[in-house]
Amino acid sequence: MSVIIVLLLASIGVASLFLAAFLWSVKSGQYDDEQSPPLRMLFDATLPDPLEVSASRENDATK
Amino acid sequence: MLPNKAGLFISTESEIHNHYKHQASTMQLEKFYYDNKIVKMFAYATILWGVVGMLAGLLAAVQIYLPAANFNMPYTTFGRVRPVHTNAVIFAFVGNGIFMGVYYSLQRLCKARMFNDALSRIHFWGWQSIIVAAAITLLLGYTTGKEYAELEWPIDIAITLVWVAFGINMFGTIIKRRESHLYVAIWFYIATWVTVAMLHIVNSFEIPFSAFKSYSWYAGVQDALVQWWYGHNAVAFFLTTPYLGIMYYFMPKAANRPVYSYRLSIIHFWALIFIYIWAGPHHLLYTALPDWAQSLGTVFSIMLIAPSWGGMLNGLFTLRGAWDKVREEPVLKFMVVAVTCYGMATFEGPMLSLKSFNAITHFTDWTVAHVHIGALGWNGFLTFGMLYWLLPRMFNTPLYSKKLANNHFWIGTIGIVLYAIPMYWAGFTQALMWKQFTPEGQLKFQFLETVTHIIPMYVTRSIGGTLYLIGALIMVYNLWKTVAAGKLIENEYAEAPALPKVLETHGKQHWHRWIESRPIQMLVFSLIAVAIGGVLELVPTFLVKSNIPTIAAVKPYTPLELQGRDIYIREGCYLCHSQMVRPFRDEVARYGEYSKAGEFVYDHPFQWGSKRTGPDLARVGGKYPDSWHYNHMLEPQSMSPGSIMPSYTWLFDNPLDTAITPAKIRAMQTLGVPYEKGYDQLANADLMQQATTIANGLKKEKLNVAPNMEIVALIAYLQRIGTDIKAEKKIVAQLP
Repeated sequence: MSVIIVLLLASIGVASLFLAAFLWSVKSGQYDDEQSPPLRMLFDATLPDPLEVSASRENDATK
Repeated sequence: MLPNKAGLFISTESEIHNHYKHQASTMQLEKFYYDNKIVKMFAYATILWGVVGMLAGLLAAVQIYLPAANFNMPYTTFGRVRPVHTNAVIFAFVGNGIFMGVYYSLQRLCKARMFNDALSRIHFWGWQSIIVAAAITLLLGYTTGKEYAELEWPIDIAITLVWVAFGINMFGTIIKRRESHLYVAIWFYIATWVTVAMLHIVNSFEIPFSAFKSYSWYAGVQDALVQWWYGHNAVAFFLTTPYLGIMYYFMPKAANRPVYSYRLSIIHFWALIFIYIWAGPHHLLYTALPDWAQSLGTVFSIMLIAPSWGGMLNGLFTLRGAWDKVREEPVLKFMVVAVTCYGMATFEGPMLSLKSFNAITHFTDWTVAHVHIGALGWNGFLTFGMLYWLLPRMFNTPLYSKKLANNHFWIGTIGIVLYAIPMYWAGFTQALMWKQFTPEGQLKFQFLETVTHIIPMYVTRSIGGTLYLIGALIMVYNLWKTVAAGKLIENEYAEAPALPKVLETHGKQHWHRWIESRPIQMLVFSLIAVAIGGVLELVPTFLVKSNIPTIAAVKPYTPLELQGRDIYIREGCYLCHSQMVRPFRDEVARYGEYSKAGEFVYDHPFQWGSKRTGPDLARVGGKYPDSWHYNHMLEPQSMSPGSIMPSYTWLFDNPLDTAITPAKIRAMQTLGVPYEKGYDQLANADLMQQATTIANGLKKEKLNVAPNMEIVALIAYLQRIGTDIKAEKKIVAQLP
């Protein structure tokens, strides 16, 4: 049981460091590109599969 | 470009695509295929388990006012059907919904096929096998007795393995992605994976004593804290964060609009995962949990409004300027109601965490109404919206009928309203009746009166649930016709430039970018962020002894009582009966002395419960004679006319499994329960002696029962609950 507690306490140490780093970075206000990611995720139109396209062309040609 | 048969947003998409292609032309384009087949498999599983889960819910709902609907079989009785319903809806319906959404969106957001097809299949079939095993074992009565974590240890191990397979597949995809930026939805998926892994492992510490049964590693107050830390965060990280990721992907896609504020989504994410993990103790307000932990839970629950509503508004504002599409498009209708329900539930949650409000609502049907706003509205409707959007696309055909989808939407919405309002009403009414005193200072209502009074509400609730199910069946038909008309694009062609080995940097990089492009660091940081909350709450309770004052008179259960307790757990008694008298005037008057933390030190698992469909049992020991319990378990209505409890006739036919007693005693010894060394071999002799005493006592009242029947063990346990503390009083009284 005590081993778990030691592990948990170690995590608290690391977590506090992370929290400090997180707060520091938020306060320093380093926000930049918030424009392109929400737009880029919209850009994935369905493309024709080149294999199927060539296969259907061959079919057309045989007709 | 081939004409898109779905015919949606074709002009804008092709324009964007051309622009994108032009940009990419300077780089080498890689050709690859998205795996749609696995998405289809998860979609079908979502639909199947959704219907099964709703049917189980309906059966449970009907049994509340019609106990005979259990068909007089243990397998179909409320105490076993209810966990099947909750597990099916949460882990089978929503679980497969998560995987469907993740497998579809992750591939596209990463511009990469899933990391490994075999892992995808292992994940799928592994998860479905777990669901089947869960349903069978729960119906057979194998349960840990911890809500939403009922599955026993072999299944817990299987869940861990499948979850790891999912994790490898997900992180593998993220690592081999062709898009350097990790879109906000992916962060939510990562946080989900990490936190669910942590929750599941910590809460599943248990010591097996047979092939399918185990005892919780923790006891009493500690078990309650770990369990509700888990239970609350299962809602947070299984029902909420993955669905927020899904919202951030599918809502902009369906509306063809970027998310309202990307900055808000960053803040939403970090704030939510930081705060959510702390709020678990709000499930234990006014219980024997240390007061400081309760207050901590309340404070963080109230803070949760901010990120939750930030996320909700971010979702709804995404539709700015596109509300005309909501009128036309059933997909968006479902999503709007889903996000609205999310907003309602996340406002209500913090309110329920206020102690003064919780004093009224806890243990009543209010809780049931609250979770169903989340389950039916948020999870259900977002899943339906996703299915209506996804399947036509993957099958390259328009939806069979928009009209049917609209009908589904309205029937489902009315179903939610008819479900929730009666339950709020029932909860509030019953709580007020519980607390009502006569001018003479007596309790005004018997417990049973407060139950029979709200039966009309229970009936209305089941009508609401039926409507919701009908809506889902309409969807099944609609999607069936859609799928039949189209052909699945199993492997969808895509192309994208490879991710450069060294990412370009322009001047000072955004601080968050560093994390976004590094999934492993991201994983570690998410874990740390969520661990901090859990750790700070759990460690003190384990370490600080004063939090759980020991009571000298509290002794371990006798072997017969222990066996009886396991029957109590098996039959799911805790789903309708609490074992926690809160320190209120009415509860002390109705049940007896309020519960103390030290009373539960040998309870592996704790059985405090969360709902009082029947009365609290924390002080039931010694309240009635053995014969009353005997008759009450055989035919509850004979002792309490109008009772809605089912008969447990099989307890009178099943002989007690005494072969397992030594193993149970040894497991308890391992957990620190102070049975004498070697007691496991003596336990059955003590067991038979106590059982014979009870059977002889019953015989005097002309009730003939063999001492080795399960009912005897259950009576022994019921007569023990909450009595130790009375011995304490005697000890004190004897002092000079």
